[in-house]
Amino acid sequence: MAVVTQSAMTAEPSVTSPKMTARDLNLFYGDNQALFDVNLDIVERQVTALIGPSGCGKSTFLRCMNRMNDTIDGVTIKGKVTLDDRDIYDKAIDVVQLRARIGMVFQKPNPFPKSIYDNVAYGPRIHGLVNSRDELDEIVMTSLERAGLLKEVKDRLPEPATGLSGGQQQRLCIARAVAVSPEVILMDEPCSALDPIATAKVEELIDELRSNYTIVIVTHSMQQAARVSQRTAFFHLGKLVEVGETDQIFTNPKDERTKGYITGRFG
Amino acid sequence: MTDMASLMEDRAAAKVISGNLHTPVDWDSPKLARNIKKRYAAERRFKIYGLSAIAIALLALVVLGYSIISKGYSAFFQTYVQMEIFFDPAKIDPDGTGDPAIIGRANFDGLIRDALSKQFPEVSGRSERRDLYDIVSGGASYDLRERVLENPSLIGQTRKVWLISGDDFDMLNKGYISANTDEGDRRLNDQEVGWYNTLVSQGSVEKQFHTRFFTNGDSREPELAGIWGAAVGSFYTLVVTLILSFPIGVLAAIYLEEFAPRNRFTTIVEVNINNLAAVPSIVFGLLGLEVYLNVMHLPRSAPVVGGLTLALMTLPTIIIASRAAIKAVPPSIRQAALGLGASPVQTVTHHVLPLAMPGILTGTIIGMAQALGETAPLLMIGMVAFIVDIPGGALDPATVLPVQIYLWADSPERAFVEKTSAAIMVLLGFLILMNGLAVYLRKKFERKW
Amino acid sequence: MSLTYLLLAVALLCAVSFYFGRQRAVALSNGRYSNLHSLPAHYGMYTALWCGLPALGLLLVWMMFEGTIIQTMIVADLPEEVTSNSGLLSLALNSISQIAAGGGEHLTVSPEIVEAGHRLANLNTIANAALIVVMVSVALVGLALSYRRISSEMRARNNVERLFRYIMIVCSAIAILSTVGIVFSLLFEALHFFGKVSPLDFLFGLEWSPQTAIRADQVASDGAFGAIPLFVGTLLITLIAMFVAVPVGLFSAIYMGEYASPKFRAVAKPALEILAGVPTVVYGFFAALTVAPFLRDNGAVLGLDVSSESALAAGLVMGVMIIPFVSSLSDDVMSQVPKSLRDGSYGLGATKSETIRHVIFPAALPGIVGAVLLAVSRAIGETMIVVMAAGLAANMTVNPLQAVTTVTVQIVTLLVGDQEFDSAKTLSAFALGLLLFLITLGLNVFALKVVQKYREKYD
Repeated sequence: MAVVTQSAMTAEPSVTSPKMTARDLNLFYGDNQALFDVNLDIVERQVTALIGPSGCGKSTFLRCMNRMNDTIDGVTIKGKVTLDDRDIYDKAIDVVQLRARIGMVFQKPNPFPKSIYDNVAYGPRIHGLVNSRDELDEIVMTSLERAGLLKEVKDRLPEPATGLSGGQQQRLCIARAVAVSPEVILMDEPCSALDPIATAKVEELIDELRSNYTIVIVTHSMQQAARVSQRTAFFHLGKLVEVGETDQIFTNPKDERTKGYITGRFG
Repeated sequence: MTDMASLMEDRAAAKVISGNLHTPVDWDSPKLARNIKKRYAAERRFKIYGLSAIAIALLALVVLGYSIISKGYSAFFQTYVQMEIFFDPAKIDPDGTGDPAIIGRANFDGLIRDALSKQFPEVSGRSERRDLYDIVSGGASYDLRERVLENPSLIGQTRKVWLISGDDFDMLNKGYISANTDEGDRRLNDQEVGWYNTLVSQGSVEKQFHTRFFTNGDSREPELAGIWGAAVGSFYTLVVTLILSFPIGVLAAIYLEEFAPRNRFTTIVEVNINNLAAVPSIVFGLLGLEVYLNVMHLPRSAPVVGGLTLALMTLPTIIIASRAAIKAVPPSIRQAALGLGASPVQTVTHHVLPLAMPGILTGTIIGMAQALGETAPLLMIGMVAFIVDIPGGALDPATVLPVQIYLWADSPERAFVEKTSAAIMVLLGFLILMNGLAVYLRKKFERKW
Repeated sequence: MSLTYLLLAVALLCAVSFYFGRQRAVALSNGRYSNLHSLPAHYGMYTALWCGLPALGLLLVWMMFEGTIIQTMIVADLPEEVTSNSGLLSLALNSISQIAAGGGEHLTVSPEIVEAGHRLANLNTIANAALIVVMVSVALVGLALSYRRISSEMRARNNVERLFRYIMIVCSAIAILSTVGIVFSLLFEALHFFGKVSPLDFLFGLEWSPQTAIRADQVASDGAFGAIPLFVGTLLITLIAMFVAVPVGLFSAIYMGEYASPKFRAVAKPALEILAGVPTVVYGFFAALTVAPFLRDNGAVLGLDVSSESALAAGLVMGVMIIPFVSSLSDDVMSQVPKSLRDGSYGLGATKSETIRHVIFPAALPGIVGAVLLAVSRAIGETMIVVMAAGLAANMTVNPLQAVTTVTVQIVTLLVGDQEFDSAKTLSAFALGLLLFLITLGLNVFALKVVQKYREKYD
């Protein structure tokens, strides 16, 4: 088994100039280790899908990439995560800026109890990215358009965001993330709370966003991973088992565990 | 960099952002760096606000505690004066009968006055004499009588006896009345201070532990006033409260949680309980005054009326706590009992109630602690009367600790300030004890299902 | 203490009935309990309940009406000139009960009163004896009847359980009864009062000085019963209290919930709760003897004329009392804001304080408003602090350095001490009580609704 893993890792050559990397990443919740020596490269302007059975550490890993785990008590992290070759856990790195550069979209749509406009404007406002109301308007409009939501909400910007449908809410959250011009967008099962039609729309959106942003998406659905991603990483029991081109992972997995998961023998 | 230049640069940076969303923001631009600095400063300020809020609250607690302890600790000690008392047979038992009835009626005050006059023979004139006699408390003669009744052989002898001092003398000895202030500004004149100094130089003044404070009832004389009467009154009141509110509260909670159908009646009961919990306590006092005293003609000032009134106030607390405790018992336990053929009532009494009991008891103790500290409603039903006797039962006129505190706080004598603070310390002691017990119960029986 | 003995006697009878009922069931079972419908203990409980409950019910009814009936009988025999004047009547009744209790030798009263006193003593003795006889016989009858009904087919358990259920319903109904009792007792006396003073004068009058003439021919002011100054005073003190309690309570809740380390919380939270457990009379003492003199002396240093019963002292201390109330309620409310909203904000790079100010606080605002309203209602109804630290004179002022009086202070002053029961002065306390009850009730109902609605939103 170990030999297979080794060969899997070597078979996947480390990509040249990755946007983000993880090196020997270990994570502990108190005394429980949740991630074991994860090494992964994220390619710029591609969608990387993280798949694996529940509790395998894929969401935990995702939250390491913009230091969201900092907000949880009792978490210790060893190893290195870089963004443009700089360690994001370095003391000199400012979390607030980091999270603006690496946006995040969550499992359940979580619009703030504010108007649609204020939801999108929240990020640019707190980060002081604009000087005038006109600029803010422009950012809000562009972001909504980019999230494919502008047509639907153009006339109801001052209305509360909680009045939108689930799919619209999730696209609003994507617009909210886009509004601060992130370089990377992390998505934690963004479609798990949505119906199939809304899911299709969001997937379409992810594909469009790829041209401008580097995207990492955690997903439960292998079909989704196959549809939206260019690269796929398979996690199992806190370890990264295999990573490679999505086509290769789904058609010709090198690891027995990956094969077992993809063919539905466990998961 | 001049302001103008920085402004230009800001504009330029902003243009880039709005013009092209996916161009990365230049986080190192001076404008955004300044912005970050400002945001972290705001963060620190906000944190400091929170910390100072807690500091203010804790400071208030410390000041409250300090002001009460610093005012009150001295009340646990009382100044005593040593006098050479001649147990004059002519005054105590002129016929030498040895009959306790005759001895008991003797003028022991006279003995003390003789002793005082002998000590300060230069004092003459009525008002000066009265001042002199005020050195010793009116209660000292009772002590002497006890002493003689216990040991009749004292008659005819001369003994040095420690006598409880009057309140002003006590205040002077404790330093609450300063001898350095102007004569007109203090309750004791220069002559009285002189007597004090003489007695001190003779070693005839000392402070002893003040047991009377714990064993006496109320009195107009601060040095004779004690909290025992109020404590007993509080005890009877709480017993009545507990007897009424505990069974009623627990039964109501069981009904609402386990049996009540979802109907109008249940809704009305629930709304009522929630609202009763927030009705001002004084309104319960008005209810007690009208219903128990004016309609039912129960005795005024009696612990039973106080208990009835406080029971209504405590009920919501007990019901709400009991319901929470019953709700916390997992349904699987009920299903197991019902599955074995137990009736719903048996299920509750045999299984649910024992498991919920710690929670119910905790809630009850907290409710009782509230009742113990309650004052306003008891004022309404006449428990503010000045009562010297220790109540012998729930129907005797009585007062309770918090009301005693209120009464003493209103008294003009300086010495009552320390008594009030000391009574507060005792009351708080009881409350800490009760709440500590509640916390202990909760910790001990805490269960995670 | 005859009541205690009576209750003990009934308890003893119940125990005896339990024994007899159980014995009879055991006898009927022929040694096999499965021959019985219920367990023997159920039969015992059945007889015990039938023995005890009717007797206790009777006692309750008796105690409610005994006083009134006896008094009516006594009053009926008193001469016309006494009964027609309420003041004289209450004086006479007082003397009569003193004489009946065996005292009153020092009283100088007419022979009719003395006779009535003896009659009252007589009646009391008779009533006591009658109560004992009637109660014991009711208990015995209950015992006998239920004992005879015991048979092996009788569904004793169902009977007992049904009874148990009724008892529980009665216990639950007590919550309703107390509300009804409050409303009626306040309304009854308040209506009396409004018969003497017009409700309009009461609600909108600007002057409060409740003196009434003691004798009919006395030249004295009729007294003015305008409640506005009292409400101005109450609101002033409440406002000061809120100025302390809301920011301090809110910020401590925020710090405890969002910033504090578990260790810090474990110490600071119980310490804050101590503030809530301190009896109000202690706060009153603190306000009157520590805070008020402190303010007065420091005011004097600054050249301000601070009254020694200033609204400021009472308000500040009341604010301290309410801090833990506001803090625990808003802590509750804010911890109900879903974690996903926090994550969303942190994920965008917001700092903690930005998240709190821009996301959590607005989301929790309705709940916090509800909490503050509950706190206001509590401040309005608070009695001891103001009784001890606020003034008695009804000044119409919003200057916190001056003395004002409050609704609760007036209720206490009007009702504590000797009172003639029918005077407008005494009755006005009930009218004030009614108003106080209605205002706090309205605030509570509204606040609870707001909080409830808020909870549903995030459930």
